[in-house]
Amino acid sequence: MSTVLAPSPHVRSSVTVETAMYGVILALLPGVLVGAYYFGINALRVMAISIIACLAFEAMALKVRGKDLSPLKDGSAFLTGLLLAMNLPSGIPSWMVVVGALVAIGIGKQVYGGLGYNPFNPALVARVFLLISFPVALTSWPVPKPLSLSLDTITGATPLGEMKTSLLMEGNVGAAAKMNLIDPLIGNMGGSLGEIGALALALGGIYLLARKIISWHIPVSFLGTVFAMTGVYWLIDPTRYAPPTFHIVTGGLMLGAFFMATDYVTSPVTGKGMIIFGVGCGALTVFIRLFGGYPEGVSFAILLMNAATPIIDRYTRPRVFGYPTRKEARA
Amino acid sequence: MANRFRGGVHPDDSKLTSTQAIRRLDQAQFLILSLSQHIGAPSRPVVSVGDRVLKYQSIASPGGFVSMALHAPTSGTVKAIEPAPHPSGRFVTAIIIEPDGLDEALDLTGNADPGLSGGPEAWKETIRDSGIVGMGGAAFPTHVKLSPPEDKPIDLVIANGVECEPYLTADHRLMLETPDEILEGLFLAMEIVGAKKGIVGIEANKPDAAQVMRKADLPDGVSIQILPVMYPQGAEKQLIQALTGREVPTGGLPMDVGVVVQNVGTLAAMNQAVRQGRPFVERVMTLGGPLPAGPGNYAVSIGTPLSHVVEQAGGLKGPAARLINGGPMMGQALAGLDSPVTKGTSGLLAFGPGELRQLRQRACIRCGSCVKVCPASLLPHTLGNMVEFQIFDQLRDFNINDCIECGSCAYICPADRNMVQFIRQGKAELLAMAGK
Repeated sequence: MSTVLAPSPHVRSSVTVETAMYGVILALLPGVLVGAYYFGINALRVMAISIIACLAFEAMALKVRGKDLSPLKDGSAFLTGLLLAMNLPSGIPSWMVVVGALVAIGIGKQVYGGLGYNPFNPALVARVFLLISFPVALTSWPVPKPLSLSLDTITGATPLGEMKTSLLMEGNVGAAAKMNLIDPLIGNMGGSLGEIGALALALGGIYLLARKIISWHIPVSFLGTVFAMTGVYWLIDPTRYAPPTFHIVTGGLMLGAFFMATDYVTSPVTGKGMIIFGVGCGALTVFIRLFGGYPEGVSFAILLMNAATPIIDRYTRPRVFGYPTRKEARA
Repeated sequence: MANRFRGGVHPDDSKLTSTQAIRRLDQAQFLILSLSQHIGAPSRPVVSVGDRVLKYQSIASPGGFVSMALHAPTSGTVKAIEPAPHPSGRFVTAIIIEPDGLDEALDLTGNADPGLSGGPEAWKETIRDSGIVGMGGAAFPTHVKLSPPEDKPIDLVIANGVECEPYLTADHRLMLETPDEILEGLFLAMEIVGAKKGIVGIEANKPDAAQVMRKADLPDGVSIQILPVMYPQGAEKQLIQALTGREVPTGGLPMDVGVVVQNVGTLAAMNQAVRQGRPFVERVMTLGGPLPAGPGNYAVSIGTPLSHVVEQAGGLKGPAARLINGGPMMGQALAGLDSPVTKGTSGLLAFGPGELRQLRQRACIRCGSCVKVCPASLLPHTLGNMVEFQIFDQLRDFNINDCIECGSCAYICPADRNMVQFIRQGKAELLAMAGK
C-alpha cells in the first residue's frame, strides 16, 4: 500500500486559478460580441492576433526562463490577450497589436516572474505603452458599422474625445450635455473595440459577482466615485461638466471597473483595501477626464492605483483575532 | 443568533455515516498503548513485561501535571514496553498488551460516586486518575482544563458538539445515543469550575441531535444552541466567539474570557469516570471516506491497531491512496494502518486514487480568498510567500503564531498552495531562531 503523505487539509475547494480566469473570459463574451457586431471582422482580427501573440510570447518567455509550459493553460495569457484587444481601437495595424502583446507579456508580466508577481495589470501596461508610442493609431476610433466585413474603416471621435475638444474650442461640453445614452449603453459609439457596450460589459460584471469570482468592493466604489464626483461637478456647472450618467456609460469605465481594476494580482486583498483602491481609481479617472490632457483616464487611473496597492495592503491589515481593537488600544 | 465567528469555509460536510449507530468491535490480537497520546509529558509505566493486567487496571501514571494516566482496555498480558508505531509516523514507547479474551475487569464500585457525594475536588481527582483527555483531537488533559487559577473565574462551560470536520460523525452519534451522559458530564464540569451557565453548541446539520438533547433532562442553567454550519466552528476560540461574542486574547486560553470548552465525548467520559469509576479505555471513532467497505461509527479500545478497525469493519474496497487520522481539514496523513487508536483519534478516513483532487501548487495570485476566510484575521498569503522566499524575520510581525492551522486558507486557495505546511514551517523557523 502506497499512500500520499500530504499536509492537511486533504479536501480542497473546486475553485482554481483556471476557473477564475476562464470565468472572466466567459464574462467578457457579451462585450466581445458587441465589439464584433459594431466593428466587424476588424474586431475579430485584433482579438485573434492579440490572444495568439500573448500565448506565443508567454510560451517563449517560459521557455527562456526554463519553466514548463503548463501556465499556458491557466487562462491568464489568453485573458491578457483578450483584455489588451478590448482596449485597442479596431483599426489598429496588426503589427502594433503584436508589439502590445510583447509588452504585456514580456514587460508587464514575465520579467517579474509570471502570474502572481506582476505589480501592474499587463494588458494596461501594453495599452498605455502603445498609447504613448503610437498616439495617432491608438486614438483613431473607427465609426461603428454593424457586421462589417471590410478591413477599411472611417474613423471618428469618441464621446469623451468630442467633449474634450468642445471644451477646448467652445468652452462647454457641447453634445455631451444632452447626448442620448442609449447608443453608449448598447455599444453604438466610437471607442476601443471592447469598451463600447456598457450594458453588455455590466452584464458580464454581474456574472462575475454572482459567481463570486470578484467581490463588489472595487466595481461599486470605482463606479460610485465616478458617478458622485462627476455629479458634483455637473451640479456646479452643467455647461462645463457633462452629467454623471454620461461619464458612467462612456469610455472604458465599465471594462475598467469590472474587468481591469478587479485583477487579483494587482489590487488589494482586503475588502477595505479594495474600496480605497476603487475610490482612488474613480477619483483619478475623474480628474484625468475633467482636467487632464487625455479625454479618457481609466487606464492611467488603474495603473496608478496598482502602484499604490502594496501600501494600501500595508495600511489595511485586518485586526488579528485576540488583539485589542483600535478603540480598545487607545483606552 | 447575534454572534458568529470571523471567516470560515463551507466544505461539503460529507456526513455519510451519521445514521450508523455506534457498534462495538471485537478485541484485537494486541493493543498498542502509547505513552504519548496526549499533549504534555509522556506517561510513566507502572507495570512490567509479563504482568497480567485486568480491564481498567492502571498501567501508567501521569508523568507530570500536564500528563495522563493509562489503563488496560481489557484483561491480558503485558508483552512488551518498547517503541511502537504512533500516528505521528514516529515510533513512540508503548505498552503492548496481548488480550486473553476473558475481559476480566477490576471491581469499580470502590471508585464510583453514583450519588455525586464526593464534591468537585474529588471528582477532578477521579477525572485525572481516569486518564481523560480532550477527545476532539487535541488530546489535552481534561483535569488541567478543569483547574483554572483562582483569578480566572469561569461563568460558562461549553459542550462542544459542533463536529465541524467533514465526514466525522462520532460526536453526532454520541449526542443521539447518550445525551444524558453528556449532560451529566456537563453538569459535573460546571460544578467543578463553578460555572452557572452551560451551553451545548451543535451545528445545524445535526438537527436530530439537537432535538434529542433538547428533550433530555437539562441541568439548571444549560441551554442547547444551534449554530449555522461553518468550518472551523468547532475550534475552541471560534466556538466561544460564535456563542458568546467573547474573543480569547492572543496567546490566551478560553479561561481568560471565563469559559471552559469540553468536547461532548470528553464530557460523557467524565461522567462515566465519576459516577461509575470507569477509566477512559474506549472511545467512539468514525471510519469514513469512500474506501472502507463498512463505514460507520465504532466503539474501540484505546490501543487497537487501525488495521484491525478497518478489517473488522469489512476492509477496504481497493488500494488506499490517502489515509487520514482525524478529519480531512486538520487530520494527519498516515503512511499505513500500523499505528493504534489513541485517545484523540476521532476518525480514520480512507480515499482511493483519484478520489481527492490532484493539487498543482502555483504562485499566489493575491485573490484575497485566504484573507477573507481566515478565522484569525491573518494574511495567510503573505505568511505563505514569506516562508516560500525565506523571509522569516517578519513572520512574527504578521502574527504567524496566532494561526490555528485550521486549513481554511489552503482549502479555498485557487493556486493550491499548501498554506498550512508553509505556516508550520514558518513557526518552526521562528522557534529555531529563538533557540539560537
